[in-house]
Amino acid sequence: MTPSKTDQANAQAQAREWPLWEVFVRAKAGLDHKHCGSLHAPDPTMALQMAREVYTRRQEGVSVWVVRSDQIIASDPADKAMLFDPMEDKVYRHPTFYELPPEVGHM
Amino acid sequence: MYTQAMDTAPKEERLVVRSVDDAVAEERFEAALDRDEFIEAKDWMPEHYRKTLVRQISQHAHSEIVGMLPEGNWISRAPTLKRKAILLAKVQDEAGHGLYLYAAGETLGTSRDQMLDALHAGKAKYSSIFNYPTLTWADVGVIGWLVDGAAIMNQLPLCRCSYAPYARAMVRICREESFHQRQGYESLLTMMTKGTEAQRAMVQDATNRWWWPSLMMFGPPDDQSPNTAQSMRWGIKRISNDDLRQKFVDATAQQAKILGVTLPDPDLKWNEARGRHDFGPIDWSEFWRVVNGEGPCNKERLAERVDAWNDGEWVREAALAHARKRTGDQRAAA
Repeated sequence: MTPSKTDQANAQAQAREWPLWEVFVRAKAGLDHKHCGSLHAPDPTMALQMAREVYTRRQEGVSVWVVRSDQIIASDPADKAMLFDPMEDKVYRHPTFYELPPEVGHM
Repeated sequence: MYTQAMDTAPKEERLVVRSVDDAVAEERFEAALDRDEFIEAKDWMPEHYRKTLVRQISQHAHSEIVGMLPEGNWISRAPTLKRKAILLAKVQDEAGHGLYLYAAGETLGTSRDQMLDALHAGKAKYSSIFNYPTLTWADVGVIGWLVDGAAIMNQLPLCRCSYAPYARAMVRICREESFHQRQGYESLLTMMTKGTEAQRAMVQDATNRWWWPSLMMFGPPDDQSPNTAQSMRWGIKRISNDDLRQKFVDATAQQAKILGVTLPDPDLKWNEARGRHDFGPIDWSEFWRVVNGEGPCNKERLAERVDAWNDGEWVREAALAHARKRTGDQRAAA
């Protein structure tokens, strides 16, 4: 199938748009980087610079990661039950499953 | 932020013909809303929900961006270096808020450029409040006090919006917004308590001009807001226009007293029986005139946005060309 006029126009428009990046910020030393949003930038250097301007205007972080959005592999929400529900009945994986005499104290 | 515009949008047709899969998915979607759960970007959602959100979020984003213009006018004319630094920070925040919101809107499958095209073509709306001029320095303070005050009132419930990317953006925005209101009020307080007679008159004049347009920011009365019921059902809207407006009047009446200005409404008075303030009728014909393009600054604001976009085109292209050269990829920066 040949691409339609709108498809071509969309592809052209997309080629002019700066790509999308996901931004992760470490709030302070000792904490994980946490996803905080996304932005458009032409290249990695600009993406970092803009992440600083857009997401850390009030000292929200000490370190920033930027990742091209199209490089992220995500699970499909439709697979949520298949992926995560099987863990629901495995209560023995949690410490609270085991009843110990109080004399044992903290364990 | 300015959800008002969504109530002014045409009522869209609901999808009548649906596949069995869609019916099941919609049932799950409704059940999730009943449990007050969030909807994430990749979750199934009705087309009408998606469209309503794209419209509301993009209008909200446009409002943040256009909202920079009336205040930006005063950056180079701020009376002191301190006020200039504050105003710069505030206007930069508005740009940031616009960017958070465009990003939230993009998760629904509409690109930022498409949203901007709609704005520049005059097809998308932004809050009517920005179509009023900022005539004096006191306007900057009053915008912080009343306009940002109304915006905060409007925005707080959106932090609990059912669409998670929008709600997350709103949490961030609300956290930053309270500085906007406080700096405005403090600036007015300084003029009222330490200023000259002329400065006090200037504050009163700005209050007189911005009061009614600020009340209009909450949108048309509930009985003239056809989309409200559906948006409430979907958890996109949590509190009705009239309820938010009343809350705003009650909060502001007290602030005006402390400031030492009067609000330009002879009918404004405390109603002991209701435990709230009564206030006079709003001129909705003015609201519709401004929404429909006939406000004092509609043409100027939009023209300025279009110029900024067009003038920046070579920069966007050059940055992209540079990125392609660096990666040796001639197709796209991708």
